Amino acid sequence: MAKLDSKIPKGRLAEKWTLYKEYQKLVSPANKRKIEIIVVGTGLAGGAAAASLGEMGFKVKVFCIQDSPRRAHSIAAQGGINAAKNYPNDGDTIYRLYYDTIKGGDYRAREANTYRLAEVSNNIIDQCVAQGVPFAREYGGYLANRSFGGAQVSRTFYARGQTGQQLLLGAYGALSKEIKKGSVELYTRREMLDLVVMKDGRARGIIVRNLFTGEIERYSAHAVLIASGGYGNVFFLSTNAMTLNGGAVWQSYKRGALFANPCFVQIHPTCIPVHGDYQSKLTLMSESLRNDGRIWVPKKLEDAKKIQKGEMKGIDIPEEDRDYYLERRYPAFGNLVPRDVASRAAKERCDAGYGVGKTGLAVFLDFKDAIERLGRDVIEARYGNLFQMYEKIVDENPYEVPMRIYPAIHYTMGGLWVDYELQSNIPGLFVAGEANFSDHGANRLGASALMQGLADGYFIIPFTMQNYLADQIAVGEITTDSEEFEKVEKEVKDRIDKLMSIKGTETVDSIHKRLGHIMWDNVGMSRNKEGLEKAIEEIQALRKEFWTNVKVPGKKDGINLELEKALRVADFLELGELMARDALHREESAGGHFREEYQTEEGEAMRNDQDFMYVAAWEYTGDDKEPKLNKEKLVYEETEIKQRNYKTA
Amino acid sequence: MDLKLKIWRQASRDAKGKFVDYEVHNISSDASFLEMMDLLNEDLVEKGEEPVAFDHDCREGICGMCSLFINGRPHGPDSAITTCQLHMRKFKDGETIVIEPWRAKPFPVIKDLIVDRSAFDELIQAGGYISVSTGGVPDANAIPVSREKAELAMDAAACIGCGACVAACKNASAMLFVSAKVSQFALLPQGKIEAKERVQKMVAKMDDLGFGNCTNTYACEAECPKEISVTNIARMNREFFVAKIS
Amino acid sequence: MSNRYYSSLTKKYIMALMGLFLFTFLVVHLSINLLLVFDPTRVLFNEAAHFMGTNPFIQIFQWVLFAGFAIHIFYGVVLQIQNWIARGKGYKRKALSEESIFSKYMIYTGIVIFIFLVIHLGNFFVLKMQGRVPEFEHTANAGMEDMGLLVVNLFKNGGYVIFYVILLLIMGFHLDHAFQSAFQSIGWNHRKYTPFIKGLGHFLAIVLTAGFIIIPVIIYYR
Repeated sequence: MAKLDSKIPKGRLAEKWTLYKEYQKLVSPANKRKIEIIVVGTGLAGGAAAASLGEMGFKVKVFCIQDSPRRAHSIAAQGGINAAKNYPNDGDTIYRLYYDTIKGGDYRAREANTYRLAEVSNNIIDQCVAQGVPFAREYGGYLANRSFGGAQVSRTFYARGQTGQQLLLGAYGALSKEIKKGSVELYTRREMLDLVVMKDGRARGIIVRNLFTGEIERYSAHAVLIASGGYGNVFFLSTNAMTLNGGAVWQSYKRGALFANPCFVQIHPTCIPVHGDYQSKLTLMSESLRNDGRIWVPKKLEDAKKIQKGEMKGIDIPEEDRDYYLERRYPAFGNLVPRDVASRAAKERCDAGYGVGKTGLAVFLDFKDAIERLGRDVIEARYGNLFQMYEKIVDENPYEVPMRIYPAIHYTMGGLWVDYELQSNIPGLFVAGEANFSDHGANRLGASALMQGLADGYFIIPFTMQNYLADQIAVGEITTDSEEFEKVEKEVKDRIDKLMSIKGTETVDSIHKRLGHIMWDNVGMSRNKEGLEKAIEEIQALRKEFWTNVKVPGKKDGINLELEKALRVADFLELGELMARDALHREESAGGHFREEYQTEEGEAMRNDQDFMYVAAWEYTGDDKEPKLNKEKLVYEETEIKQRNYKTA
Repeated sequence: MDLKLKIWRQASRDAKGKFVDYEVHNISSDASFLEMMDLLNEDLVEKGEEPVAFDHDCREGICGMCSLFINGRPHGPDSAITTCQLHMRKFKDGETIVIEPWRAKPFPVIKDLIVDRSAFDELIQAGGYISVSTGGVPDANAIPVSREKAELAMDAAACIGCGACVAACKNASAMLFVSAKVSQFALLPQGKIEAKERVQKMVAKMDDLGFGNCTNTYACEAECPKEISVTNIARMNREFFVAKIS
Repeated sequence: MSNRYYSSLTKKYIMALMGLFLFTFLVVHLSINLLLVFDPTRVLFNEAAHFMGTNPFIQIFQWVLFAGFAIHIFYGVVLQIQNWIARGKGYKRKALSEESIFSKYMIYTGIVIFIFLVIHLGNFFVLKMQGRVPEFEHTANAGMEDMGLLVVNLFKNGGYVIFYVILLLIMGFHLDHAFQSAFQSIGWNHRKYTPFIKGLGHFLAIVLTAGFIIIPVIIYYR
């Protein structure tokens, strides 16, 4: 069994990071030039880390799957980034930001990691402003803040509805500067297909496929950082970008890295509903819409049926026949309950038959009252862009008819297990951003993903990686000619050859869609024992079908989009099963993980701190073998543990 | 709806390409343009043919990956959107749609509808950043920035680097792209310090890469999915002049 | 040709400044020509022409003007060739982007203007240089050339008038884009003043074109 050492430094919570930095080992400038680092991914975490490590003098190789580092999916984040600056003077502190984050995550994150995240949050804002990120400002010229779900203070910094884009372009600029300088080497259109671990157990390189030429390439380094994002695309339909995949983390898992809390997936309540089975991607609309919109479904089942058939419209339903179910169930928070609660409530109504739209899988988000109260101008100023986007996609005017929304997969809190240094249990393999599990527990608060990506990339990895690299100077240059590289490369090539040789009848997408359905129905917003057991069986059967009947046309060299997808779906077909296993074993409801068996009489989540206050870190034991569960007990030394309650203030 | 498609197919960078005709049937008018392309590709795969290669990723109009010159316009017949946000209701049943890659010397076609846009990365590497290292920066509120300037900088910073400006320009000029970056930093006090070097380096790089010259035709502004204004080009001209004479 | 000597922006700067300079020339040229319309005796016009033809400053300045034309034309052609090269393979489907129409044809309207310029110089300037202009018969101006008569005789020919009018219209299209474009190229853009510049550009294009056009037309019908 793997040994889990979280390496949390001694001392009080507020002192741990300072103490760590004081005692960590360093690499001298002359030696940095001799040390190579691989960074996989150029989003906020990967881009920021590669730039910072390059600035420090290391030789960095950075890999991205798109044609440019600027395309990474961090760019799509809209809302904002949290920091405990307390500029509005409303009582925010580092501890409060920490506490909101850990509580929002239902106490399933590691105390020291989450505290450190809050601690460095302020540095991020300073750094980004210095890089020229055009954050919103007040008339006096100082930075503006807004409030966001799950917090009682205004601590979110934003750049219109494009905060992720601006932060990513900041990191991309820093990265470009280092590329120009020659300290960072950029490899575009490369997909990591495997991790190379040496006989001594250290991660020393990766195998990638050049998506341009189809060539399989080897790259070596003294340490590897994976920042490849989340695995939400296991559901086929999600708000994730098309190329986002679980390959890098999954192959690392199969090489011995532990996978922590895979079942913790976040579902975002305000997405544009699915409109046809040809659809490949869901569009997210900012959560801020819930500030003024009221969510409802018809009270009468027959009205809902008529709407589904297209015989009736939402505006035809009189006020007394509307069920504002969030306001009814959660009087204290109303439409502003956290993401997981709002999502589940929508699913509950739709499952009971009250959903709207052709599919019955949507609820109304109505701005009628807000427009009457505030005027159309105010609503336009606040949400104009979003309304326009909605109209372009759905072809309905949300100023006149209520919007239709439905929850969708958005973010994965689970990921590779890492210690306090963001190092996995494989020495030399570091994991940052959404790809690791560390900071959000069972549920992530809004505007915290950007914070974590940049915290890891700018301020944590550059320190902790040095601590590891300090005794690696003597190793010298690492060759890619070793037998380990040989072996892993051959395995990758065999995997590709096998996929190409099946020549079956099912397209990759059709199998991916079926996997998505299994996942959404059984491992989605609410889960139960029976469904999860069924899902595991179905995924196994589907996996078998995939490996005997998938159709991958074209050649393995050159651009082959179907082969790319097939390799990713092969991973998802295994990852999905692990998610179901994790969900099955976790017999409690926490954050994004809701088990129907564990709820209160009113249908609220019931956490079991007695038995499940731990990180479930799964260990690979072989193909088609049950993975082994390792537990890292979560100890809260300076944190009061509360039940989440949104019914009464 | 049923549609006829004329799509540019080119096996590789050096291969000679040609237009190939395709038909798609029963497309929902609610489908997005790229979903229509997905269906075409799924069809081609079923038939054992090679699918059409095109760039796309986030499918929500922000990553800048999708391109396509559709019926004579970059990102197709709608304004202020990217191809992934274009919906089939903008077309008529039975219509013939001509789909071409971006055409510009610095953007060579590498397969079918995919072009190599690394020239944009090179432009940014030439100076499209503020030279600041991680750490050791002042408090974010130490330097106030007027709201007007911050908003103008944000207008320019909204660029997604898709290349529609180059594709639309009759001269394949990258002025809108370069000027947006130059403007963003020239407007902010943090970026002013190296503004002179930045504009000169970026313009020199732009010329080296073989982009055309601006003739103030403003097709770039009309086609920019983020509606970036040509006032940025004027600002860059000004910045460049000041940098040259001082 | 290459951008090694002057960057693309510098070339545009030179183009713009020369263009604006040529605008001032057109204004002067038009004001003198209009004298022919207001004064059928041609006295004022011939006096002005005489001044322009004999004043040493103007004589030197004339070469500056020629240089201005030459530079404007030279860089116009260089930039255009670079622009054609930059596109490489063109589109099958004609580009339909919304844009400033006249700007698309600047090289073509420019070429037409150049041809016009050659013919125009042939009509007047060359004759004058060769001393083939008749003497002005007005008593008070003995010894002065009758440039006005040359113009009047030319514009009694209907074919010439039509030819001039068409070419002047094409010049108008060139000017319409030119004025605001020059300001954009030298970086004079301001949210308050640019609309005014654009308006002024249209106004100047119309006034200059209309002004030049009415001269042959009025002379023809007089």
